[in-house]
Amino acid sequence: MSDEIKTDAVIIGAGPCGLFAIFELGLLDIKCHVIDILDRAGGQCAELYPEKPIYDIPALPIVTGAELTGRLMEQAKPFHPQYHFNQMVTELVKHGDNDFELKTDGGLVFRSKIVVIAAGGGSFQPKKPPIPGIDAYEGTSVFYSIKKMEAFRGRDILIVGGGDSALDWVNNLTPIAGSMTLLHRRDEFRAAPDSVNKMRELVAQGKMQLKLGQVTGLTGEGGNLQSVQVKGNDGAAYEIKANTLLPFFGLTMKLGPVANWGLNLDQNVIPVDTEKFETSTPGIFAIGDINHYPGKLKLILSGFHEAALLAQQAFRYINPGERLLFQYTTSSSSLQKKLGVN
Amino acid sequence: MAKITFILHNGVEQTVDGIPGMSVMEAAVKNMVPGIDADCGGACACATCHVYLQPEWQDKVGKRAAMEEDMLDFAFDVQDSSRLSCQIKISDAINGLRVRVPAKQF
Ligand SMILES: Cc1cc2nc3c(=O)[nH]c(=O)nc-3n(C[C@H](O)[C@H](O)[C@H](O)COP(=O)(O)OP(=O)(O)OC[C@H]3O[C@@H](n4cnc5c(N)ncnc54)[C@H](O)[C@@H]3O)c2cc1C
Ligand code: FES
Repeated sequence: MSDEIKTDAVIIGAGPCGLFAIFELGLLDIKCHVIDILDRAGGQCAELYPEKPIYDIPALPIVTGAELTGRLMEQAKPFHPQYHFNQMVTELVKHGDNDFELKTDGGLVFRSKIVVIAAGGGSFQPKKPPIPGIDAYEGTSVFYSIKKMEAFRGRDILIVGGGDSALDWVNNLTPIAGSMTLLHRRDEFRAAPDSVNKMRELVAQGKMQLKLGQVTGLTGEGGNLQSVQVKGNDGAAYEIKANTLLPFFGLTMKLGPVANWGLNLDQNVIPVDTEKFETSTPGIFAIGDINHYPGKLKLILSGFHEAALLAQQAFRYINPGERLLFQYTTSSSSLQKKLGVN
Repeated sequence: MAKITFILHNGVEQTVDGIPGMSVMEAAVKNMVPGIDADCGGACACATCHVYLQPEWQDKVGKRAAMEEDMLDFAFDVQDSSRLSCQIKISDAINGLRVRVPAKQF
């Protein structure tokens, strides 16, 4: 097991609200590690609408999801946050005051004084296509994400999809697979042109097959897949022999592990108070789309306000009895020093 | 106003009033039509607002744009009649539209 990472705060979720919490906590000398399942920061802004304009961020009349993310990261930079992407927080346990332990599915372990849950609409997780009987094969023959490539050596693999994940894994796994087939519903791919070209080369070299159509059913025994039924684009039904199926249909937001952390939940959101934005467990805070209180609006600007207030309480929780001075970034030389502008 | 009828997976039909300019997805969500999730709120970024046009409507509604075609890669059981309902704008021209809702957006 890897060594524990010790830090003041762990922020779960690198969406806009989690990113702004780095800044607000930073002003109060609370250092952060930020964990997200996605491979980059921005949460919904990055995953669902990077190119779409947002019109209701105060003082930014128009800004895209990607731009907003970039600016929030820039604003947080003076506080040297450490990001851990492609990691899902699976466990959160309170050992005592100022002592929380978090574990990720990638084997990272954190010990922190406070925890900020900025998990938004939940964790982005791979979509599971509603193929009849697919549940019986999950984890043995059907996988929605790949942690260790070696596990697929020598297997007869069918990958379904036409996006970047599908194409990347086709290209990476073909050299070690027993056989490789890519099934897609049309002969056009939304994936990066480079990966598409590479895939077409592999087809031309006879190292893999490309088929057009859609999965209709699965055949196998005891969780071991033997073949996949397909309806071709010409309407003809046929079978593809495969013992491994990797469907890549994009991501969807599911509440995920947040539900297992012993916090009070109300219809998939975490009730908090509007003074401290604390959950039912002192020291664990919840901001952004994941929380709820009377009058809650699921807007980015609300999350920013919540981040500022949670930071105040986080300071008091970590430093009991210590006086917290209210200061402006415009005029406080100590804040400006922290920001590296003075 | 344009009437839009959603045919649910169990055969039940639900007809709602659509305001011109809104999308078919918005009309569905506003009237709580089951089976339209619309996770991304109409940004053409989730494919959880998938519907099938009834045959008689296929030509009248117009074609999928390139972005919608791409996004349909993330839907299940895509057919010629498949559309993402957030990408269909309501107008008087589609008054009476009938669409089928899949059993499950996934
Ligand atoms: C199409 C669309 C348009 C929108 N337009 C606007 C707008 O104009 N103005 C506005 O104010 N708001 C808008 N919103 C809403 C806005 O995007 C959300 O309010 C905002 O993203 C919430 O931010 P957040 O940081 O709380 O969560 P999110 O952005 O949802 O980020 C949460 C992150 O936490 C991660 N996560 C969750 N659980 C875990 C876990 N266990 N381990 C690790 N990581 C985890 C997720 O992967 C995700 O990346 C829009 C939303 C959509 C979908
Ligand atoms: S609502 Fe997300 S694609 Fe239509």
